[in-house]
Formats: sequence, structure tokens, C-alpha cells
Amino acid sequence: MSLETVAFACLSAVLVGAALAVVLSKNLFHAVLWLALALTGTAGVFLLLEADFLAAVQLLLYAGGVVTVAVFAIVVTEHLVGERISQTNRRLAGGAIVSIGVFALIVSTLAQRPLATARPAMTGDLTKMLGENVLTQFVLPFELLALLMVAALLAAIYFARPTD
Amino acid sequence: MGLQAYLVLAAAVFCIGLFGVISRRNAIGILLGIELMLNAVNINLVAFARFSGDLTGLVFTVFTICITVSEAALGLAIVILLFRVRRTVTADHLDLLKG
Repeated sequence: MSLETVAFACLSAVLVGAALAVVLSKNLFHAVLWLALALTGTAGVFLLLEADFLAAVQLLLYAGGVVTVAVFAIVVTEHLVGERISQTNRRLAGGAIVSIGVFALIVSTLAQRPLATARPAMTGDLTKMLGENVLTQFVLPFELLALLMVAALLAAIYFARPTD
Repeated sequence: MGLQAYLVLAAAVFCIGLFGVISRRNAIGILLGIELMLNAVNINLVAFARFSGDLTGLVFTVFTICITVSEAALGLAIVILLFRVRRTVTADHLDLLKG
């Protein structure tokens, strides 16, 4: 077994385990912490695929941003309601059937297709190539993305502003 | 590791997220499930980009990461607003648009 296989197996175990904990945990706060672990595991998968810049973006934006905002939302809603919000799941059987069915469908489709087993070697600095791509060929979508983020964050602040 | 292993891993995470979206009662819990699903999509994009040797997929991943983060911030802000108006975050109780 190569080092990559071992790393992939460990990361897969962490990722799937943390993801299961996110959807099954009774305490919503714990679920968010498990989500942080799952998102960090995804950053590890990106590192394994030699996309180190994306791993950094993933850690900064997801594990840093989304988790913080989610914790804020939980604290605000639980604090205002003054009691623990019940975290019982419902439709467990239906949800399990649907998701296992979708998983089986995807895996059976993948099994029929001939897929690459080895990836081409990385040539040059990926971060540099990514930056050049974003600022030349994809400069218009990039600027639109900046506009979208400003609009979304302004809207989020507007929605969540304190009532006066 | 072949491309197939990464795709199966992403499919597993996607389906776990789908299960969360279906079974959670709390709106924040549903949003966490959606985050997991979007995350699985990012794994797929990066895996396909690396195995095809085309960088465009990685650029696309940067875009999807930013868009999903905007979506999360906006979604949670809407949950907080709904909570303020209706005093509940249980998705079953948010039936204002029911005819």
C-alpha cells in the first residue's frame, strides 16, 4: 500500500464519520463542530489532490467562515427561545432509503464507466496558474463573483440587523 | 488512488448530506446538510479537474466555494430573521406560504 492510499483511507474515514455525526448528532452545536471536522477533512482531500491553494481557501472560508456564522445562528436562536431546541430527527427510514438509493445509483453508474486510474503529473506552480487563469480568461466571472459576495453579505447583514 | 475512489467518497458525503436535509427538523440542521452536499460537489470538481489535467475545473471550484459561502451566510441570516418573526426554527412550522 502506498502512502497515498493510506492517507486517502484515513481521510475518507474521518470525512464520512464526521458527516454522519453532522446529520445524526442530537445536539445541534455538536453537529456544527462535526461539520468543521468534515470541512477540514475535505481540505485534506484537496491537499491529497495537490490543490493546496484550494485547501487553504476551503479552510479559510468554510472552516473559518461558515462554521462561525452557523454557531452564531444557533447561539442567537437558542438564547432567544430560552430553552434547548429539540433535535429529534424524523422520517429516518424514508431519508435512509432515498439517500442509500441515490448512493447505489451513483456507484452503479460509476462502475460501468471506464475512469482514469492515474492522474497526469503536476507541471509548474498550481497557485500561479490558477491566479493567471482567474485574472485573464475568467476575469469577468471573477468580478461578478465579487459583486455577488458583496450583495449577499450586505443582504445577510440587512436581514439580521437588530430591530429598533 | 484512481478517480473512481474520489467520486465514490464524494457520492457518500453527498448522500449523507441528503439524508440530513430530509431528516432534520431544525432549519439550521437542514442548512448544515446542504453544506455537506455542496462540499461533496467541490470534491468531485477538484478530482475531475486533476485527473483530466485541465485547470478550468479548479478555477470553477474557487467560484463554487465562494458562492456556497454566500449561500450559507444568506441562509443563516434568513433563519435568524424567520426566528425573529415566527419564534421558531422548526421547518415544519414555517408554512407562511401554504395556501
